[in-house]
Amino acid sequence: MSKPKTPIHFTVDGKKCQAFLGQTILQAAKDNGVYIPALCRWEGFEPAGACRVCTVRVAGRTMAACTQPVTEGMAVENNVPDLQDMRKSLIEMLFVEGNHMCPTCEKSGNCELQALAYRFQMLVPRFPFQFPARKVEAAGKKILLEHNRCIKCLRCVRGVRTRDNKAVFGALRRSRDKEITVDQALAAALPEKQARQAMDRCPVGSILRKEVGFVVPIGKRKYDKEPIGSDVEKAKD
Amino acid sequence: MARKIVIEPVTRVEGHGKVTIRLDDKNNVSQSRLHIVEFRGFERFVQGRPYWEAPVLVQRLCGICPVSHHLAAAKAMDVIAGVDADGLSPTAEKMRRLMHYGQMFQSHALHFFHLAAPDLLFGADADPAIRNVIGIILTNKELATRAVLLRKYGQEVILATAGKKIHGTGAIPGGINKNLTAEERDALLRGPAPLDIDTMIAWAEEAVEFLKDYHSKNRELMDSFAAFPSNHLSLVRKDGALDFYHGAMRAVDADGKRILDDVDYRDYLKYIGEEVRTWSYMKFPYLKSLGKAEGWYRVGPLARLNVCDFIPTPRAQKQFETFRAYTHGKPNNMSLHMHWARLIELLHSGEVIKELLLDPDLQKTELVRKGKKRGEGVGLVEAPRGTLFHHYQVDKNDQISMANLIVSTTNNNEPMNRAVRWVAMNVISGKREITEGMLNRVEIAIRAYDPCLSCATHAVGRMPLVVELFDADGNLLDRKSR
Repeated sequence: MSKPKTPIHFTVDGKKCQAFLGQTILQAAKDNGVYIPALCRWEGFEPAGACRVCTVRVAGRTMAACTQPVTEGMAVENNVPDLQDMRKSLIEMLFVEGNHMCPTCEKSGNCELQALAYRFQMLVPRFPFQFPARKVEAAGKKILLEHNRCIKCLRCVRGVRTRDNKAVFGALRRSRDKEITVDQALAAALPEKQARQAMDRCPVGSILRKEVGFVVPIGKRKYDKEPIGSDVEKAKD
Repeated sequence: MARKIVIEPVTRVEGHGKVTIRLDDKNNVSQSRLHIVEFRGFERFVQGRPYWEAPVLVQRLCGICPVSHHLAAAKAMDVIAGVDADGLSPTAEKMRRLMHYGQMFQSHALHFFHLAAPDLLFGADADPAIRNVIGIILTNKELATRAVLLRKYGQEVILATAGKKIHGTGAIPGGINKNLTAEERDALLRGPAPLDIDTMIAWAEEAVEFLKDYHSKNRELMDSFAAFPSNHLSLVRKDGALDFYHGAMRAVDADGKRILDDVDYRDYLKYIGEEVRTWSYMKFPYLKSLGKAEGWYRVGPLARLNVCDFIPTPRAQKQFETFRAYTHGKPNNMSLHMHWARLIELLHSGEVIKELLLDPDLQKTELVRKGKKRGEGVGLVEAPRGTLFHHYQVDKNDQISMANLIVSTTNNNEPMNRAVRWVAMNVISGKREITEGMLNRVEIAIRAYDPCLSCATHAVGRMPLVVELFDADGNLLDRKSR
């Protein structure tokens, strides 16, 4: 028999919420209909705290909502102007650190980074574009790795594995020199469903299943109808 | 004292160009040139991109006729995906046609009413402050309303087929990503008023009649202005019909003799060469069989009606017969008759859109086909401004390794230069005083070709016209702007 979950109480921007011990702030907020933006998180993967877009503030301290467990009586600040501006600046940094050309990117409309930029009404980044020299790794049979768009969220490293649990993606080097690498032999052997999942789990257009670009028409893409986070916010309406 | 006249930028065209006219001591024209001052680089930076991205990427060349680039690239990528032009599913082929004829409809409406009509309605010497689309709105509200709605209708067709009015994603290698829903079809067929297809066809027909009426009252201007003999090149359907989406290459000379006939466009390199001249970023294409000096040709509405045998829709065919009869069945070499041909094509596009909307194939669901991949593909379409060539090579990793694009305006490079020269020699040369109206005639000659000098759109009629006078040593003597 499984152990009964212990309910605890906390607030997000003054809203009374209920959670269970062991949940992260981000999970608990979602269950209470509060959207906290995040790029590196994926349900079912170990949290990484890599992108920091989910940063919230508790008792004057900022922390990543995807890694910090919620505790009894916790008062979380989420949708407040200075935090929102900081998140926006993080999104802007991700744009200027890579080479993101939304108009011709096949992930456009399904891209979480683009969707967040729309949600935060980003017009022009406040930082200068870095225009890094990055490559396109296209030698694989099924998967194309477009390094220009990678935001190093590590979702692929954490969550794309073969049936015998071998990692298909890995990370090389550190900090701004960090680069995702792919084992093309393992990637080529991925069943079609998993190859598509690898593409879907990438929040941007960095991991692409070859030759399926633009098959979803404009109007039917994930974020064509509603901004990112609407599903969370609507669930508790 | 020798002088140099510079018109920069050329107004009421797409993109940026510059005209220079050099006058000698006696005010006679010694040289005239149309320069294209922008450098694009698409052929280079498309290299390394995955092939399925090309139709979406290269359409960014243009904001007026992106559909043409989108479809020319898609046709080339069909071949690379192993699907020949006649191998698409009926739904895919017809959806693309609908998108393309919507494109022709909106672009032709835009060009005639917004860009060219101010010259015809107000005259070449009218005040530039009035001689623009705002002037038309203020003086002829009904015509202006029709102009806006005709263009809007074409854009709605593009929206329904490509997902966006500008820079959509409809065509993908081997097919299309959506069909036309019954709701979309009905909205285009029946309104909301007056945006129904029958009204659009009626308005397009009235536009042709308007132009014919203008012609009858201004015969000398229309028939003589920038008229010169040339070769003409276009795609035609296998049976010789006018076709904007697919066919074989055909070229005729100024007398109608066929230079090329039934040529598979995938072999275009055997027949078309491109000359580079140091003073322009735009190349000068020519028919190899005639050489650089004699092989230049016109493309676009005039060329298409000179090259095809008939138009496969009844109302446009009737107008075509009148058009052809005017030159006794011979090619029409009068630059201003480009507007006449353009409006006949506007009418034809409306008729084809209606035919396609009534075709149940558009509601079927076979959208994409695949075949054995190939390393090279060529795609041609007839864009609003003329024949558009896209040619790509793709490596074993699916990345584009070579791209060659010959856009419509490039094909018309030499004819536009000839038209400028005609005005320089016949209007400006030998005159003591150079008036604004004379310089506008240079632009009228260029505008007849509806050149798209880049992807940029701009504020119509409000761009400055700068005229600079230089002495023989290149010193600026005088500068006037409007």
